[in-house]
Amino acid sequence: MSAQIGRSSQFGQSSQIGQISRIPYVDYLVLGPEPHLVAHECAECGARYFDRRNACASCGGTEFAPADLPTTGEVTSFTIVTAAAPGIPVPYAAAVVDCGGTKVAGNIIGTEPDPGHIRLGMRVALSTYVAGTDGKGVDAVNFGFAPLEDGASEGRN
Amino acid sequence: MAEDVWLLGATMTKFGKHRDLDLIDLAAEAALGALRDGEVTMKEMGVLAAGNLLGMGGSVGQLLQKQIGQTGIPVFNVQNACATGATALRTVSMAIKAGEADMGLAVGVEKLAGAGHLGARPRRAEPEEWTRTGRFGAVGDTDGRIGTQGMPGVFAQVGMEYAHRYGGADFELFARISEKNHAHSTLNPLAAYTRPMSAEQIMAEPMIAYPNTRAMCSANCDGAAAAVLVGGTRLRTLSPGQRRRAVKITASVLTSDPWEEACQVLPNVNTLTRNAADQAYEQAGVGPEDLDLVELHDCFATAELVHYDNLRLCEEGGAVDFFASGAPWRDGRLPVNVSGGLQSKGHPISATGIANVWEIAHHLRGEAGDRQIEGARVGLAHVIGLGSACGVHILERAAA
Ligand SMILES: [Zn+2]
Repeated sequence: MSAQIGRSSQFGQSSQIGQISRIPYVDYLVLGPEPHLVAHECAECGARYFDRRNACASCGGTEFAPADLPTTGEVTSFTIVTAAAPGIPVPYAAAVVDCGGTKVAGNIIGTEPDPGHIRLGMRVALSTYVAGTDGKGVDAVNFGFAPLEDGASEGRN
Repeated sequence: MAEDVWLLGATMTKFGKHRDLDLIDLAAEAALGALRDGEVTMKEMGVLAAGNLLGMGGSVGQLLQKQIGQTGIPVFNVQNACATGATALRTVSMAIKAGEADMGLAVGVEKLAGAGHLGARPRRAEPEEWTRTGRFGAVGDTDGRIGTQGMPGVFAQVGMEYAHRYGGADFELFARISEKNHAHSTLNPLAAYTRPMSAEQIMAEPMIAYPNTRAMCSANCDGAAAAVLVGGTRLRTLSPGQRRRAVKITASVLTSDPWEEACQVLPNVNTLTRNAADQAYEQAGVGPEDLDLVELHDCFATAELVHYDNLRLCEEGGAVDFFASGAPWRDGRLPVNVSGGLQSKGHPISATGIANVWEIAHHLRGEAGDRQIEGARVGLAHVIGLGSACGVHILERAAA
């Protein structure tokens, strides 16, 4: 892969060839039967990035390869945002989730955004939802993390 | 041997609303005040560094010169997030150490009153056709939809991360940190807010980003601060009165954050602060146990907790115990933010890094009035801005 990671859809994103009905909200979300996140992993040092990088911020390397992330993880920090800029629906719970050693930013979904329902150290699993639909009827599918019931299946790891 | 750098004169304006003063009026009030305090004039300045983030474009330094003296000296207009004021100081300090000037003026100014914590943005409607933009190839806004990018939420997560790692920190503890700073501000006539608030009142304020309520967030306001720095050789030619009030800047450090796993999803305010503190203690030849007071960057109550640890005021993981011991109260073992801190004194961004140095100097000179920390000899001032940039200055009362 070249130094400049491509800006769009390099991970293969259409759900149906010819007639696309859903697309991922961001490049690093892969849809399909098992939605998951994919990072750009530095070939030199293993540092991982979700955004397009010109070179590795850790070692300066310019070779990156895709690396799939586990779809479950642990909440290592969170906040519940109740006041935000216009246009952002509140309240929402934002969190940092440790997915097998790679930290991911995402919203906690599938539960109430209040401190009674979200706790540090909580186990969560990646979950997707339709964030909006454009004028051509294409759904943009975003991700969040939903609490895992104790003892529930942790999916792929 | 590089030249010693001393603070000769300094001042800050009242923080708060200044409806009748524009940005340059405020900057001029602080700059002229610092010159007067140091008993010098603009003609003696060899360099000017001016910090401003949110107004008038890039030439605040030159606009200021037109009001206080166009002497033809080099001007550095600096911007470095919330470390902008510290960067202006650092710029003048470097010029003196390099031998390019023997005296210089650093100014930081901001007009923010009424700006709110959040800024305003138009809502993005669902488009006719999704298009990918930016480095994430996002088809819509990511702030609020994939985590949070607002300052209150980011710094809330910084504190909650510490709570997760070491335990013992909860909503009430963060409110009690804020209670301390609001109590301290009652003795500071230049603070934007001087009303005491109990932890219970603070917890009952509107929530901004859990666990930070409105009273636990830095107060947006107008303000300016300025300092005249002088090299030791020049200082020794000045009057006994000037030499007596001069305060030695024994460390001036600026760092940025080195890459670490997770810094791409939550700004790491810890490592660069720890690095800056370690470099500053090394430069000054002192340790945290030698400090008599600290002004640290409590942009949110959650931030103050982690910086006790980052500045080595306690042992690693010991910030909750440090606070619970009463140490950072003004009558405690190591007073922190006796000015009221950003939560109560206010946070006119580019002024903050110089205002906290002024606060330290004020105590070291024994001129802090009702809020004087008796016998203060050594103090530390810290700021951090996301990006990230961290400035640490250590000041010492010493004989010139
Ligand atoms: Zn690398």
